[in-house]
Order: sequence, then structure tokens, then C-alpha cells
Amino acid sequence: MTGLWVKNAYVIDPISGIMGEIMDIAIRDGKIVEEVNDGAPVIDAGGCLTLPGGIDSHSHVCGTKVNFGRYMSPEDMRAGRTARKGVMHVTSGYSVPTTFGNSYRYSSMGYTTVLEGAMAPLEARHTHEEFTATPHQDMLANTLFDGNWSIMEAVRDKDVKRAAAVVAWTLAAVKGFAIKLTNPGGTEAWGWGEDVHSIHDEVPHFGVTPAEIIATMIQANELLNLPHSVHIHCNNLGVPGNYQTTLDTIGLAPDLNRERQSLYLTHVQFHSYGGSTWQDICSKSEEIARAVNARPQVAIDMGQIMFGRTTTMTADGPMEWKLYMLHRNKWSNHDVELETGSGIIPVYYGRKSLVNCVMWAIGLELALLTKNPWQCMLATDNPNGAPFVKYPEIIALLMSSRFRENERNVIDPRTEHFVPLFAIDRELDWYDIAVMTRAAQAKALGITRIGKGYLAPGAEADIAIYPLKPDELDPAVDYQQVMAGFAKTAYTIKRGRVVARDGEVVVEGANSTIWSRADVPPEYDLNQDAEFVKKFEQYYTVRMRNYPVQDVYLPRGLSIRTEASL
Amino acid sequence: MKVEDVVCPFCGCLCDDLVVEVDQNRVIGVENGCTLANEKFMGDRRLENPIRKEGRSWSDITYDAAIREAADILIDADRPLLYGWSGTHGEAQSVGVHLAELLGAVIDNTSTVCHGPSIMAIQEVGHPGCTLGQVKNRADVIVYWGANPIDAHPRHMSRYTTYADGFFVKEAFKERKVIVVDVRKTESSAVADEFIKVERGGDYAILSALRAIVRGKRDLIPPKIAGVTREQLFRVADICMQAKFGAIFFGLGLTMSPGKNKNVRNAIELTEELNRHTKFTISPMRGHWNVYGSNEVFTWITGYPYAVDFARGIAFYNPGETTSVDILRRGECDACLVVASDPGAHFPRACAEHLARIPTIQIDPHVNATTHLATLQIPVAVTGIDAEGTAYRMDGVPIRTRKLFDGTYPSDLEILSKIYARVKEAKGS
Repeated sequence: MTGLWVKNAYVIDPISGIMGEIMDIAIRDGKIVEEVNDGAPVIDAGGCLTLPGGIDSHSHVCGTKVNFGRYMSPEDMRAGRTARKGVMHVTSGYSVPTTFGNSYRYSSMGYTTVLEGAMAPLEARHTHEEFTATPHQDMLANTLFDGNWSIMEAVRDKDVKRAAAVVAWTLAAVKGFAIKLTNPGGTEAWGWGEDVHSIHDEVPHFGVTPAEIIATMIQANELLNLPHSVHIHCNNLGVPGNYQTTLDTIGLAPDLNRERQSLYLTHVQFHSYGGSTWQDICSKSEEIARAVNARPQVAIDMGQIMFGRTTTMTADGPMEWKLYMLHRNKWSNHDVELETGSGIIPVYYGRKSLVNCVMWAIGLELALLTKNPWQCMLATDNPNGAPFVKYPEIIALLMSSRFRENERNVIDPRTEHFVPLFAIDRELDWYDIAVMTRAAQAKALGITRIGKGYLAPGAEADIAIYPLKPDELDPAVDYQQVMAGFAKTAYTIKRGRVVARDGEVVVEGANSTIWSRADVPPEYDLNQDAEFVKKFEQYYTVRMRNYPVQDVYLPRGLSIRTEASL
Repeated sequence: MKVEDVVCPFCGCLCDDLVVEVDQNRVIGVENGCTLANEKFMGDRRLENPIRKEGRSWSDITYDAAIREAADILIDADRPLLYGWSGTHGEAQSVGVHLAELLGAVIDNTSTVCHGPSIMAIQEVGHPGCTLGQVKNRADVIVYWGANPIDAHPRHMSRYTTYADGFFVKEAFKERKVIVVDVRKTESSAVADEFIKVERGGDYAILSALRAIVRGKRDLIPPKIAGVTREQLFRVADICMQAKFGAIFFGLGLTMSPGKNKNVRNAIELTEELNRHTKFTISPMRGHWNVYGSNEVFTWITGYPYAVDFARGIAFYNPGETTSVDILRRGECDACLVVASDPGAHFPRACAEHLARIPTIQIDPHVNATTHLATLQIPVAVTGIDAEGTAYRMDGVPIRTRKLFDGTYPSDLEILSKIYARVKEAKGS
């Protein structure tokens, strides 16, 4: 592969400590290098903002429930469609675009790596098939363990090492990246139409509590030395007063890892509600941010909502039922044997709904009140809070209190009595945004070790050049330009190739799928465990030999290998 | 040689526990399979090579010539239809969708004549479902509505429902109640605890009555509805409401009888209603082993599960307009590619007649009714026997079928990829 120069770039690379310098970047064989020869092609960045490729650490883009969101929603498919053009395939969909639609839109926004937030192990093959059809981003899959019977049995037996063995076996079998707990215990209870309502409720028939599951899995994760921490969607999502559950969950997190957090809490906006009913729901972002600020061992993402139409989809089946009882639109549910659940309903977040306005404010407050941007990542739980194409608008809101004030005039006027947002005058700067959209994600996911999230020699040449000149712009005032600039890169470079220019994808993609493989001693290899094998054959409806995802599903698979401390 | 854990490529149950004995490139024995599986593996008599119709007789041609001719027919067509797909693996389906995109064709799968109405109902009200293992491990009430699994999905009851012991249901046969709703007695109704024999076309009314009962409006129910007594409906509603976990499975008796998608919508809304009392799920009994896979693949590429029209560049979907039967009945399409299905046997006569009038290309291992309408047939390997690839079970669980031996036939994927390459070259893109 020939070299490439990116010259005259205004670089912010937080991991390398570069805070906004005009620099040249040399690229060879898909990596950033010290220099390439003078004959190499040159991209003149013209002093434009140049960042490592964007990384989304929590998004729903591929797999069974995402595809069902498309399947059940022709009205959403009609709401965003493009014809075949050049190398670009046909796309459909607004809140749940087709795989190519997701890939092109992310690429236009400078995103080069995306983590799928929830993959049911039994249906992993489906997720991987869609990963292959999302060609412009390297993909990773959070793997669901919230209602896993073998895990709950290990938790009940207080056997952390057994839990670690189950995780190691499963991640290797399904080519998953990290441990995801979605409403731990609640998805199993939902198998009977029930739920859990605090971290100390007992899961029916299993004699364990969410708190025990969470604590055990945090320990198991570190025993396996996995790149990412446990990634949790807390219990009681969307319930007024749920901030207490969230604080209780944060309180469970020990500080076990020097490199990154020990617990990642996702879409925290949905978990920061005070009050006791929809009438008195209010923001508890200050309490949550205080807890995060006091504990470097946790990291969060915003779970921002934005006004408009979208589709909610989560493994949290009981939550979707509750939401359906409010919206009465249409409802899908899909429980997965021995593992987890899921649900989908379309929603509309309105500026005239006080509850929606409070939710909108909370997400922004979490980002503004978390002191350390490395602890709070920008995300919408795509598409639950909003489709990811809204990220530029969120960036603009965080960078401009004037923009927030303007919004104040067009939302429910009672909002300010329930939220502190309009008393916060903090405006994030370019560095904060660079951290919250790529560097913090790379660190939190533990993928700097494979060259993600920075631009120093040795890193993957994943680069986003935005048509924004930080020296000439005041984001507090020019927020419309900020929004437009982050929506469409001048260049998106993926592994050393220009993949998108001015909002159009220009080459066929060739992504990688990144997964975690923890090597365990033979006595923890569940393939040799008669009890595990017997239960598998008894209770699953797929034979154990047909369960693992074959290598053919990962044409460019990249495993991060670790040695378990068992 | 015996191959274990073989996946059966016949019906939507996608049983993956077969043991198949292979002698060189021939299957000589099947264990654990139903009669349908045995016939699929053992009665596999293939067309030997590509054939082309000239006048009233057939002649043999080479694969290269057949691929060339197939591509040329499609390139020359103004309104090509690519139909079938449910009997092949996902990787081939994926190439099919991209071929349709390139041609500006309509692509449709067999849902169009089976569970298309179910999909339309789901698009109106959603789908509360689950994987089959949820039913096996938990369900104490099973309802089969307009479906006769003993004949059509012979192992459904033993692997997943009536007779399948599970974690919370240790003695399934004793602990489970089975309700069958149908217009006639069947082998399945014979094993039911309650058989609701409904008059033809009466499903919608029965579903509405059950919804009213579940809502607590028993006093609204007349003594008899569609041939069913009020007392039986009360009894059945009570069984459902007292269930710990109930599962409804419905078949073409609901989707293809008067009311069609509205029947299915009513059944889904009954399920939703029951969820206010207990746990209930509903699932279509998908027919072809990979028809659900065709819905999945179409959806992630185009946004729609079937009946996708690329004529205007974008993906456009409107069942009733872009569905195969409607396009053929209107005499609209001027060339058809049939892959892994048999519209000659399943479509209305007017559609079959149109297929016989236009150039119809069939990619299929076997001679079938469609062969007699076709101008060209290209035999291929059978997925699950001498080709492998992804299939989606009726509940959405993806399983990779096995290749049992290296045969001499190319796979659907190979043939379609070559047609795609030729079309792409001709289109200069």
C-alpha cells in the first residue's frame, strides 16, 4: 500500500496529549508512521479540525432486534431512503437504517469504530452477518449475560471463577467483545412477565439478586483481564425515582483496574430520574454526576434524547412493555432462551411533553456536570434516545449555552422547574468534544492497545477531518456551523484509505470485527465440563456443536487475546 | 461415514440433531429425522446438468452458457422479477438482493404466498414472540391456530412444545395443556385438550370474542359464534389467563383464510391482551427452512422483508402492488428468475401462465412444476447436503447448515455470483 500525507491539519489527539496544533500526519500500510516519502499523495487539511476516527461505545445497529425494528417499521424505512450511487448501495430508514445506511451515515460523520450495544449469544451469528454488511466501521459486540442461567447458578454458588469460565467460553463461542448486563435479573423475570425493582430484589427461581450478579461479573471480568469493563444498563430504566437504583449500582463498583473504569454505565440519562410519578419526575443529574465525579472507577455515557421520532429497542423486555403501556403504538418482544430478552416500540419525543423535556435536559446536564470528560461519553443509545445523526446537534448544545437558551424558549415552559440545566453555564471546548467522541471511548473499551483512538505513530490510520477551523470559530456563537461541520467530514480516512469525502462514501469498505478471547486453564474449559454440556443439551434448542459462530462469519476478525488469572 | 448434529433443510423447525450416514457423495441413512427429512435427504434425485428449452424440447447446455444466457435475459428485461429464495442459504439470498438492486428489479420471496399477511399485521401492531426454547422450558399452555404441525412440522411438538420436557416443565406431556383451533379435525387436533372447531372464515370472530372475554366482557358474548359455543370459549379463555406461560403458534389457516392480515392482527392483539394477565407469546409457523432468513436478509439490505421494487432506484415496498402474484397477474414482468422455490406449484393459474409466456429461468436442484414453465434451468447443490450456509429458524435463531460431502454441483451462491458479475460488467458499474 502506498503512503499518504495529511498536511496542515489542526490536530486534537487527547490520548497523545495534543491539544490543537497544526501538524502533518504520515500514513503507510494503514498505520500512522513518522514519515512517508515525498512522492506520496497529499491531503491538504487546510487548518481544519482533525481528530482520530470517531468511536461509538454504545449503539444499536446490527442484529436480531435491530433488524426486527426495520422489519416492523416500513414507515421508518420510507422516512430515509437513497438510491444506489457510485459504490454506495441503496439505503432505507431514518431511526433504524439498513446496514449500509448506518455505515455510510456514520462514515460521513467521521466514525470508524462502533460497538453494538447488545448481542444475544444464541443469535450472535445474525449480528456478525450484519457486521459484515456494515463495511466502513470496525465493529464490536457487547454480549448479553443479564439472564444467563449458568451465570446465575455460579453467582448463587458464590463461584466467581465459574462465572469467569462461562464468560470466557461464551465470548469465544460467539465472538463477543465484552460483558453486557441489561437489567440484570430482570430479563429472566420477564420470562414470567415479571421484573425486578431494585438491585436487592430476588430473581424468581434463581435465588440471586441483581447486586450479586453485578458484583460477581465485575470480579469475573477482571479475572479474565478483558479489555473492556462490565457494561451495564441498570435496573429500573425509565422509572421515576430510579436514580437511587443507579446510585446503588455505582456503589457496587470497586476500583480494580489502573487502565480504565471497572464499571461502564450506559445511557445514564434514562437512569437519573427523581420523583415518584410521571407528574413529578425531575432531574437527579446532580446526584449522579456527584457520584461519578467522586469515583474514577466508573464511566458513563449520556443516553441523550433529542426531540422527534425514533425507535426504542433494548434487551430490557419488561421496560419496553411498560413503555408500550404508555405509548400504545405497537409492541414487539423477543425473549431468548436461557440468556436474555428484548423489546421494540416506536416513540416520539415531543417538545410539548414535559417528561420528554426533562429527559432532554438530564442528558445534557450529565455531560456538563461530569467534571472529567473521560468519564462521560457522548451517545444517544442510538436509536433509543435519538438516531446517531443527531450527534452534531448534541455537540453544538454542549458547546453553546446560547443555543441551550434558544432551545429553552421552544420547549415546555415548566421544564426549568424540574431541571438545573439553565443554571449551568459551562460550555465544552473542542478538546472536551474530542475526548467525549473518541478518546474516552478508546480508553474505556480498552482498544488503544490495538491502535484505536489516537494519532501517534503506530496507531491505526483512522482519521476524521472536519470542515471546521477552530481558530476562526467561536462555538458558543457559531453553533450552527459547528453542527454542520460535525455532520459531514471533508475526509474520513479508515485504515489509511479515504473512505468518505464531503458526505459521500467513495470506496467499498473492508471492516474488522474485534472480539475478546480469554485463555483459561484446562480445568476451566467448559467444553470439557460434563455438567455444562449436559445442561446445554437439555435446555437449549440448538446443539452445543452448532452454537459457536464459525470463523467464516468474521472475514477480517481481530481477537484481543488475554491470559485469565484463574 | 456418520455425520452428527446435522441441520435439516426442510421446514422452519430447522432441527439440528440429525445423524446422517453418507457413502461418498450420497446419503444412505438418516436418524432422528421426520418423514419429510428422510425424503429430503434420501429421495434427492437431481437434474443432472443445465437444460434449455428449444421449441417443445429440452437440450443440455453447459454451466457457462446457461449463466451467460440467464444474465443476458435479465439485462435485456425491462421489468425483471427475482422470486423464491426461501430454499437457499442467506449468502446466496444476499447476492440475489444486490442483483435486484443492480437490475432495478423486483425481488420477492415465498412469504408472498404464505406469511406475507403476518408480516403486514406485525407492521401494524408488532410481534410479541420468543425463541422456541422459551416455550420448551416454560410454557404450560400451547395453542395451535390454523396449523397442523403433526403433518407440516412433524417434530415441532416433540422438540419445542407439547412433548418437550424443559427446565420448568419436567413432565411436559402431563403438565401442558394443548389447544387446537381449526376448521377440521386433524392429526394435531386429535392430541388437543381443547379442540375449537371453527366454521370456515370464522377465525376473526372467535379471536374478537376471546379478546372480549379476556377484557372481562363475558356478557357480550352470544351463545354461539362461528360454530363455537360460548362455554367452550369461556373455558379456553380461562385456561389462557391461568397459564404461567402461554404460546400461540399460527399457520396458513389464519393467514390465508378470509380476513388474512386482519386475522393475524387480531391474534397478536389477543396475545397483547393476555400479557396484561400473564405471559403470552405468539409465533408464525414458518414453512420453508429458510424463508425467515430471506425476510431477514432482505430487511437488513433493503429495509423490507419481501416484495421490494428497485425500479425507481430506491427500495420501494407495497404489498398488493409489488408482490409477485400481483405483478404476474397484471402481466407486468417480462422476465423471471426463480431461485429455490416452486411457483409453478404454488401460484394461481394466471400467474403460472404468465411465467410460461416470458423467459423464466429456474435455479433449482430438482425438476419440479416450475421446470415445465421455464426456458432455462440450472441445477445446483442442495444447501444442507452438498452446500453450506446460514439459515434462520422460524423463531429467528440463525444456524449454519452443514455440507455433508463435496458434490459435483455448484452452489446457488456460485451461480448467482457469476450472473451478478456478468450483469455488473454489462451495466458498466
